[in-house]
Amino acid sequence: MADLRTDFIGIKSPNPFWLASAPPTDKEYNVVRAFKAGWGGVVWKTLGEDPPVVNVNGPRYGAIHGKDRQLIGLNNIELITDRPLEVNLREIKQVKRDWPDRALVVSLMVPCEEQNWIDILKRVEETGADGVELNFGCPHGMSERGMGSAVGQVPEYIEMVTRWVKQHSRMPCIVKLTPNITDVRKPAQAAKAGGADAVSLINTINSIMGVDLDIMSPSPAVDGKGAHGGYCGPAVKPIALNMVAEIARDPATHGLPISGIGGVTTWRDAAEFMALGAGSVQVCTAAMTYGFRVVEDMIEGLSDWMDTKGYTSVDQFVGSAVPNVSDWQYLNLNYIAKAKIDQDQCIECGRCHIACEDTSHQAITNMVDGVRKFEVIDEECVGCNLCVNVCPIEGCITMESMAAGSIDPRTKKPVEKDYANWTTHPNNPMAVTEAAE
Amino acid sequence: MKTIANLPEIYMTQTKAGPDIAAGRLPEDAYAENFSDLHPLLDQHEAQVEADRCYFCYDAPCMQACPTSIDIPQFIRQISTGNPTGAAKTIFAQNILGGMCARVCPTETLCEEVCVREVAEGKPVKIGQLQRYSTDHFMSEFSSTPFTRAAETGKKIAVVGAGPAGLSCAHRLAVHGHNVTLFDAREKAGGLNEYGIASYKSVDDFAAKEVDFILSIGGIDVRTGMRLGSNLDLATLRAEYDAVFLGIGLGGVNALGLEGEDKSGAIDAVDYIADLRQAKDLSELPVGRRIVVIGGGMTAVDIAVQTKLLGAEEVTIAYRRGQDRMNASEYEQQLAQTSGVRIMTWAQPKGLVGENGAITAIELERTQDQDGALTGTGEVITLPADMVFKAVGQTLVQTELGDALTLERGRIVVDADRKTSLADVWAGGDCVQGGEDLTVAAVEDGKIAAESINAALTA
Ligand SMILES: Cc1cc2nc3c(=O)[nH]c(=O)nc-3n(C[C@H](O)[C@H](O)[C@H](O)COP(=O)(O)OP(=O)(O)OC[C@H]3O[C@@H](n4cnc5c(N)ncnc54)[C@H](O)[C@@H]3O)c2cc1C
Ligand SMILES: Cc1cc2nc3c(=O)[nH]c(=O)nc-3n(C[C@H](O)[C@H](O)[C@H](O)COP(=O)(O)O)c2cc1C
Ligand code: SF4
Ligand code: SF4
Ligand code: SF4
Repeated sequence: MADLRTDFIGIKSPNPFWLASAPPTDKEYNVVRAFKAGWGGVVWKTLGEDPPVVNVNGPRYGAIHGKDRQLIGLNNIELITDRPLEVNLREIKQVKRDWPDRALVVSLMVPCEEQNWIDILKRVEETGADGVELNFGCPHGMSERGMGSAVGQVPEYIEMVTRWVKQHSRMPCIVKLTPNITDVRKPAQAAKAGGADAVSLINTINSIMGVDLDIMSPSPAVDGKGAHGGYCGPAVKPIALNMVAEIARDPATHGLPISGIGGVTTWRDAAEFMALGAGSVQVCTAAMTYGFRVVEDMIEGLSDWMDTKGYTSVDQFVGSAVPNVSDWQYLNLNYIAKAKIDQDQCIECGRCHIACEDTSHQAITNMVDGVRKFEVIDEECVGCNLCVNVCPIEGCITMESMAAGSIDPRTKKPVEKDYANWTTHPNNPMAVTEAAE
Repeated sequence: MKTIANLPEIYMTQTKAGPDIAAGRLPEDAYAENFSDLHPLLDQHEAQVEADRCYFCYDAPCMQACPTSIDIPQFIRQISTGNPTGAAKTIFAQNILGGMCARVCPTETLCEEVCVREVAEGKPVKIGQLQRYSTDHFMSEFSSTPFTRAAETGKKIAVVGAGPAGLSCAHRLAVHGHNVTLFDAREKAGGLNEYGIASYKSVDDFAAKEVDFILSIGGIDVRTGMRLGSNLDLATLRAEYDAVFLGIGLGGVNALGLEGEDKSGAIDAVDYIADLRQAKDLSELPVGRRIVVIGGGMTAVDIAVQTKLLGAEEVTIAYRRGQDRMNASEYEQQLAQTSGVRIMTWAQPKGLVGENGAITAIELERTQDQDGALTGTGEVITLPADMVFKAVGQTLVQTELGDALTLERGRIVVDADRKTSLADVWAGGDCVQGGEDLTVAAVEDGKIAAESINAALTA
């Protein structure tokens, strides 16, 4: 069995699965249950200064559902912990003492004054916690008070606060980034410049989950009104993966440890984050949807997969996919693929046909010799992958690459064996031509 | 033709010793339970989950298999988007009896048989139940059909027979602005929906409710107690109306051709079912202790299951060929068997045994298939029976039609537009040649005929 032990900026945990700072980590009771279930670590629910914040007393969550009411996106308007600082610190100390092998990181959010940070850091250090995470991401409520994403959206503030934290504390420091920005590389660079040991991302995304058409208010409504909240869960994973990859391949931050967050629900999601450079992953929505037991298959599944691939420890594959994250302009334009339908698997629903017929390239039949049949017309297929995505049977349609030298029935030209991209393409007005004078 | 009116007499002749025929075989509360909905209405959650299973197929196979071409992917999608009213409108646009069809269609041999999820997993989307979900929703929310009549055309059409074919035709004609007189021989409109369909398929007087719903379009004048061949005749109708549609079903019943068929206890299944459907109190309906049903179709299964549910102890369906040849679908056969009905194959009726004018047993001869020909083996089995039901098919009562129409194999010949050999007469449903003897097929016939009549009258 593969070794899942993780050493993330010196913080050790038996596996890379941490619970993200959120309700599942708000109390000793929950955290102890999580550790019993097998979670490798937790980032404690964000602490602030006393008096504690108050939460709304109406609905704080909204969701979107897929078929059969699968929860695919969750949003919340919860603030940071609403329990007294002292109570949280006491519990943190106790938990760390009882569970020394698990990672216990404390999330923090206080106003942007150096003294406020000095004060809270001192008290956290006394608990014996493994590190701190700076919550520069919360996009609702706290940001209206100049904290959370209000800091995370200004790289200069990130750098400033991070520097204070590194200056006034020996603890490893993770900066948690907000996705509510245009270029995630900038806050990551700022965190690094401020001395951060790592970044974690993503926090939640600004969102309105829906509109109650009877009362004409965003839903869920609190007494007839709704505020935007933070979006998370499976639906945000693609956004999070891209942001993780951007930081991992940016020369300015390449090598900066990353804790990947956003929609991690299965071992495979976790492996994907890790392949893009995350040294650990954090989970919130999956646990809030199904309970802590989901970690069992995360551990088991990741370990089994590593065995089949011959990886014996996680750092053997962390970041392995980063070199293959490319800009569009460097993709090989001489690579040609065609869709292929496995007639034995096809159930003849016709979705591939209508998708291609109505919206794309008219490259799939619906009738062959008067019989209902779905076949790819190679002369028309541009290899776009739309049919693969709309087919209800996984694996029924595959994309087959054409061998170099064969003739593409669409262009009637041979498939080139050499790599060639847009930068040198004749249609590109900015093309770099070898014969340039 | 035996009318229902003389049926009670049959029961009354069961006297003294002889056969064991009695009412009230079950505890009072058992009737309601036994005759409750075969497939209860889906609740919202069930409908949502089921609707989510539909792939919204292109040129969907299910839709092609529906005789009325309901846009199934569309209506299921409307359920899943939270628009059951729109779903019902989609259904009614093709099939104004969508509510009854949802209950009685043998979906396992129609739409659901070809659903791609049947192909993929052996578990089709429950199209029939979803159809019922939306049509029931509509009918509980709205008291009239979702159509508005076109301006009155002044044309008059006689529709004879208020079964599915006639109702569908009348409704579509009314939508087009024509005035319809809908004649029926029986006391109530609805045809076999009212008098024939198994009671657990159409509970709570649904047939009558659906008739009211259809008539809500307006422009349809219903005249019951009017029988073609007695107080109505085709020639007069043709003279008085711009067009005539015949949807008179099959009023006659095939006989077994056995000696002793006139004895009491040898009963036409459809007559008994009509009594059962009209019974105010099922505990008052007499039923035999041992029942033998002759036949292999839907009617045979229906009578067998329903007599079993009435408390008959031993019910046997005797069919002269193998089970795979039965007209009743596999699902119906299973329903019979799980209800405790025995299906005896390769047995044909040979004689009826009686005492004092009442049946006490039936003699069945074993049969075999000899190079495609069915022959008796000579081996005879005698099954004790208090009632023997004849469910060997219905026939068109030709005398009622006069001799102006071309018939073939005992049914009215029609073309693709459901036009008969007479230029101003159309026909559809069970009474025409080439039909499928299904409610949904009758609805389609009525719809096609109405469009053809409309085209002819507005040309
Ligand atoms: C017992 C039984 C169970 C069945 N179960 C199913 C089922 O589960 N699913 C299914 O799809 N199909 C079923 N069928 C078949 C289905 O009921 C018929 O195919 C359908 O009713 C045919 O419709 P129709 O309008 O042609 O005739 P009918 O429903 O028979 O209606 C004909 C109407 O015409 C009237 N009429 C007859 N003669 C005259 C006349 N001379 N003058 C005036 N009016 C006249 C009758 O009173 C009747 O109202 C069943 C049939 C039977 C007998
Ligand atoms: C109800 C709720 C409360 C949250 N509170 C915090 C918080 O206090 N501090 C924080 O850094 N992130 C908070 N988050 C964000 C999560 O830690 C995490 O970044 C986000 O949910 C994405 O991960 P997921 O897709 O696994 O849920 C919260 C999320 C939820 C759903
Ligand atoms: S989408 Fe898939 S299953 Fe459906 S017709 Fe196309 S290939 Fe067949
Ligand atoms: S009318 Fe009958 S065959 Fe047509 S879709 Fe409905 S249930 Fe299926
Ligand atoms: S065949 Fe089945 S899955 Fe396809 S549209 Fe019809 S009901 Fe839906």
